[in-house]
Amino acid sequence: MGKIVVTALEKRLMLPLVRSGRGFWIFAAALVAIIGWGAYAYSVQLREGLVVTGMRDRIFWGLYVSTFVFFIGISHAGTLVSAILRVTHAEWRKPITRLAEAITAFALVVGATMVIIDLGRPDRLQNVLLYGRIESPILWDFISISFYLAGSLLYLYLPLIPDLGTLRDKMPRRARIRRWLYSRLAARWRDTPEQRAHLGRAIAVMAVLIIPVAVSVHTVVSWIFGMTLRVGWQSTIFGPYFVVGAIFSGIATIIIVMAAVRRLFHLEKQILPVHFRNLGLMLLALDIALMYFTLSEYLTASYMGTSRDAFWLSLLASGPYAPMFWGMVFGGFLAPALILSITRARMVRWTVIAAVLANVGMWFERYLIIVPSMAAPQMPTEVATYWPTWVEWSILAAAVAGFTLLLVIFSKLFPVVSIWEVQEHVSALPKTVPATQEAIG
Amino acid sequence: MDGMDQADEGKVLREGESRREFLQKGVLAGGAIIGGYLLLGSSLHGLGSPDGASGTPSRKRRWTMLIDLRRCDGCGKCTDACRLEHNVPDGQEWMKVYTRTDNDGEFFLPRPCMHCENAPCIKVCPVNATFRNEDGLVVIDEQRCIGCRYCMAACPYDARYFNWSEPVEGDEILSPTHERGHEDHLRGVVEKCMFCAHRTAEGRLPACVAGCPMKAIYFGDANEDFLSNGPEKIRLSTVLATQEAFRWKEELGTEPRVYYLPARR
Repeated sequence: MGKIVVTALEKRLMLPLVRSGRGFWIFAAALVAIIGWGAYAYSVQLREGLVVTGMRDRIFWGLYVSTFVFFIGISHAGTLVSAILRVTHAEWRKPITRLAEAITAFALVVGATMVIIDLGRPDRLQNVLLYGRIESPILWDFISISFYLAGSLLYLYLPLIPDLGTLRDKMPRRARIRRWLYSRLAARWRDTPEQRAHLGRAIAVMAVLIIPVAVSVHTVVSWIFGMTLRVGWQSTIFGPYFVVGAIFSGIATIIIVMAAVRRLFHLEKQILPVHFRNLGLMLLALDIALMYFTLSEYLTASYMGTSRDAFWLSLLASGPYAPMFWGMVFGGFLAPALILSITRARMVRWTVIAAVLANVGMWFERYLIIVPSMAAPQMPTEVATYWPTWVEWSILAAAVAGFTLLLVIFSKLFPVVSIWEVQEHVSALPKTVPATQEAIG
Repeated sequence: MDGMDQADEGKVLREGESRREFLQKGVLAGGAIIGGYLLLGSSLHGLGSPDGASGTPSRKRRWTMLIDLRRCDGCGKCTDACRLEHNVPDGQEWMKVYTRTDNDGEFFLPRPCMHCENAPCIKVCPVNATFRNEDGLVVIDEQRCIGCRYCMAACPYDARYFNWSEPVEGDEILSPTHERGHEDHLRGVVEKCMFCAHRTAEGRLPACVAGCPMKAIYFGDANEDFLSNGPEKIRLSTVLATQEAFRWKEELGTEPRVYYLPARR
């Protein structure tokens, strides 16, 4: 092989894999502690039953199902950035595709877990395979999410292969287990033109295939609600409404994760303000689409005002859910739109603030779609109430921590920015800066 | 990338070729498994069955209930009788009496499970745990239910209940010859009224019918056009033709098997 040459870019991106500061370990330990607490809460729920939640017969879905819908929504991040931007040849996407793909896969894992946590009999989960009825929207979800998870993992793995080859060859000799892992995963990657061609084709095929699957996922998630006779759920726009919201929260999540990674791994030269600007503009576009759908949904329900629609809307507009509802409209939808509309505010910091607002707003939105519809009585009786218990809040915290931990572990095992794609991108630019070459290990 | 793709067309690629073959086979095998699963699944449960979510009238029995709201004084004895019969867990009312107010004051609406012909709960169940039995009743297989509660979301009558905690064993003992509809209940599954299938099988009226002191509830087989509240016997077709019978939320198209006679006429 001769002397191993490591470019500055490779060094920058490989450094986080071998070097971890004290801050990292404290952060990781905190995440593990939160997950441990959530696991304890779940063990209490397994022992006592779902009675330890705030859910009861009238409001029988709550925090778990809202969080499921929220995380499945976030999973649309990868599809949007890496598939849609790839198909449209938006070259600026290259440094952020891997993060987006990782977010997709991990959000799906966490989202699917939330459904299992919500089940009364998780021990009978296999019945879905044994006795599954294809007429049930839950089975549509099961099939669609399974396909999306498999496709996303494949789509995360394929563009990793050339980098795995680099890691196999250039990781320090002392990292023996790592080198073994990378060499297994690299699948005999030798960076030949043939291999590159095949990989390119495989990625291109996956990029196209994954888009309809992703759209189907949040469409069928919305249909769980849309196919019922409940007020606020029985709506024809739910499919596209959910998909738009999903992409919106997916982009917001990429922006947040991107900012964290950029700061923590000192990737200011790889992840540039232009990435925040472009994603910010996309967030703005999706925000406007989402506001349009929200207006359509609530205006058509309120204009003629059938008694059940009017009552349900009164719960949102002036009833117990009003602070959350107006918080969502002004804080989660309008405020990000305003921030992102101001050209001068399209800096990294303000884009991140807009993204955080958007994601909190989207979690509110999922909750507000699910809970108030059940609170509104469909029989001659009073309004039902629901307040999540410590068990539910703990498991929600553990879900967020678990999602973060998966990203952290990923970022310690694999380069968070695709080395080969960025190199390709840089060498494709008209004027290249000669890369300083140094050796490590 | 695209340029490279074209340049490589026609080349012999040993390693790549075998990998591609492997991938192709994998995709084929995966497709076959999924396709087979879908075909098998749909023929075994649901799509192929003649008696799916939308009911067909050619059944052995069509158990039907008629509740005369003029007679109902809202005493709740039907709820109590049901609770005793099925050892209904705390917090649940499989037969629930709702109170409504109109210009002439209060009136009462007892609500059992409607055993809808076009039952929304059957449609949405992912595992066929709630289904229609051969007597046309919507029943639940508590051993199969996974506790997702989708049927509760689908039911427009709030007729379904979930066992949130370990149900407490009831200690009221009936006569030894008397078999109850439910003795035990399982945590984490959905339950509801079953029109006392265990009693009708023996030719007895459901517990709520027998327990109603006002004799407001009639029950019988629509195929025989015959309903009874105990002492009286009526023809369903005659009542439906001559009186202003209605079904709750008729507009939803669920085709309930419970009729009501208005509280005021």
